[in-house]
Amino acid sequence: MLARMEAASIPAGSLPRTRHVGDRVGDGLLYGLTALAAILGVLIVLAIVWRVADGAWPAIKIFKAGFLWGNEWNVNRDEFGARDLIIGTVVTSFGAMLLSAPLSIAIGLFLSELAPPAVRAPVGTLIDMLAAVPSVVIGLWGIYVLAPFNANHTAPIIQSVLGWIPIFGGDPHTESTVFTAIVVLTIMTIPITSSICRELFIGVQSELEEGSIGLGATRWEMVKTVVVPSVRGGIVAAIILGLGRALGEAIAVTQVIGNFIPLRHTLFAPGDTAASRLANQYQGASTNTQIAALIYLALVLLVITFFTNYAAQRVVKRFEFRRTGGA
Amino acid sequence: MIEPGAISLRATGRGRRRLLLNRVAEGSAVLAAVLAVAVLAVVIWSVGSRGFGAISLDFFVKGPSSDFFGGKGGIAPALAGSSLLVGVATLIALPTGVLTAIFVSEFAPGRASQQIRLWLDVLNGFPSIVIGIFVFTFISRQSAFAGGSALAIIMLPLVARSTMEVLRLVPTELREASYALGVSKWQTVIRVVLPTSFGGILTGTTLAIARAAGETAPLLFTCAIAGQTVDWNPSHSVQSIPLTIFNYSESADPALHEQAWAAALVLILLVLVTSLTARLVLERSRRKVGLQR
Repeated sequence: MLARMEAASIPAGSLPRTRHVGDRVGDGLLYGLTALAAILGVLIVLAIVWRVADGAWPAIKIFKAGFLWGNEWNVNRDEFGARDLIIGTVVTSFGAMLLSAPLSIAIGLFLSELAPPAVRAPVGTLIDMLAAVPSVVIGLWGIYVLAPFNANHTAPIIQSVLGWIPIFGGDPHTESTVFTAIVVLTIMTIPITSSICRELFIGVQSELEEGSIGLGATRWEMVKTVVVPSVRGGIVAAIILGLGRALGEAIAVTQVIGNFIPLRHTLFAPGDTAASRLANQYQGASTNTQIAALIYLALVLLVITFFTNYAAQRVVKRFEFRRTGGA
Repeated sequence: MIEPGAISLRATGRGRRRLLLNRVAEGSAVLAAVLAVAVLAVVIWSVGSRGFGAISLDFFVKGPSSDFFGGKGGIAPALAGSSLLVGVATLIALPTGVLTAIFVSEFAPGRASQQIRLWLDVLNGFPSIVIGIFVFTFISRQSAFAGGSALAIIMLPLVARSTMEVLRLVPTELREASYALGVSKWQTVIRVVLPTSFGGILTGTTLAIARAAGETAPLLFTCAIAGQTVDWNPSHSVQSIPLTIFNYSESADPALHEQAWAAALVLILLVLVTSLTARLVLERSRRKVGLQR
């Protein structure tokens, strides 16, 4: 913007050329270098899509779109279908969203509306720290602490209350379960979703909030009628961003989920997801078809996460724009 | 128009219900925050209590035990390997990220910078395991260079985004003062803009390094099968702390589980301490710049 102003305010040719050659070269060089770097980022995205599609091509030729609903993953017979892996990915991610969305919104509200200033910053930092814990550490904790805890306490309790629903059936004392994977993904997505929610809620104009309180609303009524409705789209985007993270998480999930298909009809049984299968079979990949099938699976995952994130970013952008534009 | 008699001022008992509902809602918000903090505490406590026992000097200077049963080994090769991987990644991602940010904040017109930001966010959203597979399709031989490149792709959007943020905080007056003195654009960027935001760039990079140091998935395809000794050659495949934790956690040997917890303790301390310090420094410098304006 500045450069344009500068150029616009000096009529061309009216001033003698005083700029050194070195400056002209330097400006051009810096512009070129930085533009190159910026384009590199875009190129990497395109290259990832291209190379993954290219690597998947042999498998695409063999299995076609049937890969998406084929239900067999048989290494010995070179038969690969991703149906159960895709279902596993969807079930774990959406399950995690069901748990993490309300919790994240509540945390965002706590940090923006409720907590006294002295509590706000430290608790916010602690929840951000949760995002910094490497997924492999969460996974390790998941195997040896969370999974036994779920098998001995959480799952039996849930089953005793909701056992009549088929998805809570089966043997609750199983250790490697889809349910534990859902809890792990919930833990990993809460910091992402809650920190965006917090920012959104802080951005709500305080006049609106004060007006609502002034009209006699309780704090909850203010949140329900003013704060949440004015950033509803942003909240959806925050949840979708968390979803994107959950869809692509490979390590922690593969550690706790048990890597087993076909899927059963209960959460208290082992399962598998697309990302987890990729992490799990990297060393065992023996035939070229298997490698291509794995890359095909990566392509499916890439397409899903690409659209989720793109959609979420578009919404978030609109909110950032409106917020900075309105201020 | 509301007629005077339309609103009854008689107490109906709804007020108590509304206050109660408010109390419940506030309580659940507090509970949610407490729950999240408690999970962090439990994770750190589990890792600390289970890993502390295996930590000794040997743990840091020795390689994995060659003895099949028992015998205490260490994670020296993994420590060295992780440093090498992160070093390679930083060498690639830091200059690229900073240059990208300079382009966006100093040169690009608004539309282009929005586009670049969007693409960086898309890159940031790609599953890290897919990035590992992408590098694998390019360099099918495993090496620290391949692993470092995969980590660099993960770091790039983080470095670029955080640098953009601090460059935006550099007061426009500083740039204008520099131009008014007849200094050219590239000199202004190098002598005024970058030094002013140096601290912010450093902390942003540190956060990205902390993230990359804990990444496991991109290394599975690019840098997984490695020797048992300390190796600083980037063309060789090297061990790394996250993969060591991953492999040990899935092994059947309880001695290796203890090693996994100890390695996790080292990793979590490294990551949490660096990102916490970086955050605090960032917060402070942000406040300082804010005061200046």
